[in-house]
Parts: sequence; C-alpha cells; structure tokens
Amino acid sequence: MNVALDFTAILNDQYLHYFLTGIQNTIALFVLTWLVAFPLAVLLTVIRSSGIRPLSWLIALYVEYHRNVPLLVQLLFWYFGISSLFPDGLNDFINQHNTEFIFALLALVLYTAAYMSEDMRSGLRAISKTQFEAARAIGFGFVQTMTYAILPQVWRLSLPPLVNQTLILFKGTSLAASIGVAELTFQARQIESITFRVFESFFVVSLLYLAGSLTLMFAGSWLAQRYKLRTR
Amino acid sequence: MLDVVQQYWPYLLFGSYPNGPLGGFTMTLVIAIVSLVLTFPSAVLVALARTSEVRVLEHAAFLFVTIVRGIPLLMLIFWVYFFLPVALGTPISPFWSLILAIVVFQTAYLSEVLRAAIEALPKGQTEAALSLGLSYFPRIWKVTLPQALYNSIPGILNQFTSMIKETSLGYVLAVEELTYAANKVNNFILVKPFSVFALLALTYFAVCFTLTQLVRLLEARIENRFTRVAAA
Repeated sequence: MNVALDFTAILNDQYLHYFLTGIQNTIALFVLTWLVAFPLAVLLTVIRSSGIRPLSWLIALYVEYHRNVPLLVQLLFWYFGISSLFPDGLNDFINQHNTEFIFALLALVLYTAAYMSEDMRSGLRAISKTQFEAARAIGFGFVQTMTYAILPQVWRLSLPPLVNQTLILFKGTSLAASIGVAELTFQARQIESITFRVFESFFVVSLLYLAGSLTLMFAGSWLAQRYKLRTR
Repeated sequence: MLDVVQQYWPYLLFGSYPNGPLGGFTMTLVIAIVSLVLTFPSAVLVALARTSEVRVLEHAAFLFVTIVRGIPLLMLIFWVYFFLPVALGTPISPFWSLILAIVVFQTAYLSEVLRAAIEALPKGQTEAALSLGLSYFPRIWKVTLPQALYNSIPGILNQFTSMIKETSLGYVLAVEELTYAANKVNNFILVKPFSVFALLALTYFAVCFTLTQLVRLLEARIENRFTRVAAA
C-alpha cells in the first residue's frame, strides 16, 4: 500500500457525525425489527400449531417464501414493487416519514419473524406430548396451555437458534444500505467516497460491526447457559 | 406479469447472451457454483485446522471464523471490491470480487458445518484408525473425511442454497446476475415494478425451494442409513 494510514482524517468533527448517524440507524433498525419480529414469530408459531389447517398452510407458505428468497430481493420487492400497489394516501404518509427506513423495517421484520417462527417450531416439536396432555388434564384451554406450559419451555429450547437469528438480523441491517437507509454500511461508503480513505473507513465500520456481533454472541451464550432447560 | 415473462424472460435467464455477455439467472448459477467449488477445499482445511490438536492452527481458525461471522457479507464485498485493488495495485473485476467475498464468507460457515460433522463421528472411528497404526493424514483421508463429508451432504447443499441467495448482492457491484438483470428490466419498463420484482422473487423461490426440499429428502435418507447400520 502506498498511502499512510491516518485515522484522524476520518475520525474528526467533520466525519464523526456520519459514523454516529450510522450507528444510530443501524441500532434503531436492529432493535425495532427485533421488538416487532419476536412477538410476531411467537404468534405465528402458536397459530401454526393450533391445528387450523388453512391457517397453518398460509403460515407455512409465508415462512417458505421468506426462507427461499434472498433478503436483498425482499427489500427491493417492498421498496420498488409492492409499494407501487399501495393506495396513494398510504404512500404519501410513508413518503413523509423516512420512506427507506420504513420499508427496510417492514422487510426485515417479516424476514426475521419467518426464521424465528421456524426456530421456535422445531423447539415446540421437541416438547413431549405429555406436557400438552398434562396441561389439558388440569383444565387449561389452548391459550393457557401455550402461555403457561409450552411457550416457557419453547423459548428456552430454541434460545441458541434465536440468538443466531438475532445475529443474522444484526448483520442483515447492512442490506438496508442498498435502498438508501443511512446505516453503518451506507455511511462507510459515503465517507470512503468523500475522503478516499478506503481502509480507515471500512476498518472503523467493520470494527463496530464486530463489536456488536461479539456482544450478541457473548450475551447469547450467557443466556443459553443461564436458561438451559434442565430436564431428564 | 405474463407479458413481462414473454418479453424479458430470455434476458432474465441468459442476459444478452449470445449477442453479448452472459448474465441473468445463468450467471447467478455460475457464480454460485464457482463459489462452492472454491469454498469447499478451503472450508475443509479450516474445519481440519479447528479439529486438529495443533493449538496455533486451532486458534487461528477460530479467530478467522469468529471475525467473518461478525461482519456482514456486504461489508466483506466492499473490502474486496474497494480495498483489495488498492492493496494489490491491480483492479479486480466485480465478478471476481463477488466470488472472492462469498468464498471467504462461506468458508467460515461451511467449515462450521464440516466441523460439526467431524465432531459427530463416533470416537471409536478415530481410535480404530489409531490402533491400526494410521498416522494423521491417512487417518483423516481414509477414515474421518469420507464419513464426515458424506454425512454433511445436506449441510453442504444448504450452504449452496445460501450462496445462490447471496449472489443477489452482485446487484450492489453491478455484476450481471439475476437481481441486477431484473432491476435493469424494471428501469426499462418503468411502469410494472410489481410484476418484475414478483417474477424475480418467484424465480429465486422456485430454485431455492426445490433445493431445500431435496436437502430434506437427503437428510432423511442419510439418517435412515445410519439407523440401519446401528440396528444391524
């Protein structure tokens, strides 16, 4: 390399706010997506296991679509394709409120919920039938059986894949850059194209991602250890 | 949607070939297959390093896998495309940049799949090989790998499906693959974004869904083989 490294060239008052906006947007996208996707995934899992045929088929279709189409294509489909079918009023509303962010959020939520519900479904299948029967025997209805007996075990069983999915979501927020959300990856490109400091800019952003991912990995293994299902 | 299919299907499938460069879905497959062919040997090496008794190799492989798992693929693509030419002093085409990034990324993930398969082999296999007096390389080559690789065929195919989906990121570098082609078609027609992107999503779905179903079949077959062996 023929250029000396100089991190002060990008970590000064002029460019620092690029990084800060990037961090802010990445975290906002990540946290909001998770907070909506997780309950949605629980709901999907419960409905799918309820035994109502047409509903479970619909959810199976939903899950398979999101698992077999690239996330980038899902993002582009929402942003360019599906939005064109929205009524004008809705599009006007979205355009006044950070369009790119909303569509990225929408796509990421549906994508993550599909994967998470699949993770929880395999957790659900691992629970023995007698648990359902016991809950029924003491007079619980379907909803009570789920909330008091089954789901508390499901989330412990499916904790490792859920943590993994959370990590995938965290990295997946980077794809929002492709539709113009000013998150970290987008900002890395911005700074790089203004300053020509390729290495410095990518290095700082990669370190930030790595810090976030490692935190999630450690938090995940701590949680998995703490809430391990201890049964015989 | 049908008129889009009628008019642009050849372009979406083959790009401008034979009157121009190959592109579209064929390019997607080419990129995915080349990536898999290059990823496989490096993933085997990393998996062997992680399961070896040599501390240095083990730690190096672990570090590599952790770092790659902590960074988004898009960031990796940017490193290869924008930084590597600066570092090496020679330009790298978007095509090879994409492949290189996917190879590095998937080496980390595929090596984990292979490691799991290696560690899942019964201890007796290694012990038997040792008692036959086989040294490390014959043992790995004749005993460990043939079994571990056979058992991980579904896992390898799963990663191949991921690779097909990851090639869609070529869109960001203007690699002439399916997503890029669809976007071009969309820019050309302008008034039918929904049809174009729905067609794009459907194409990926058809291919990836077929592959995931195949994986499911193979999984059952390989599992059956094992229970049969265990029962005999």
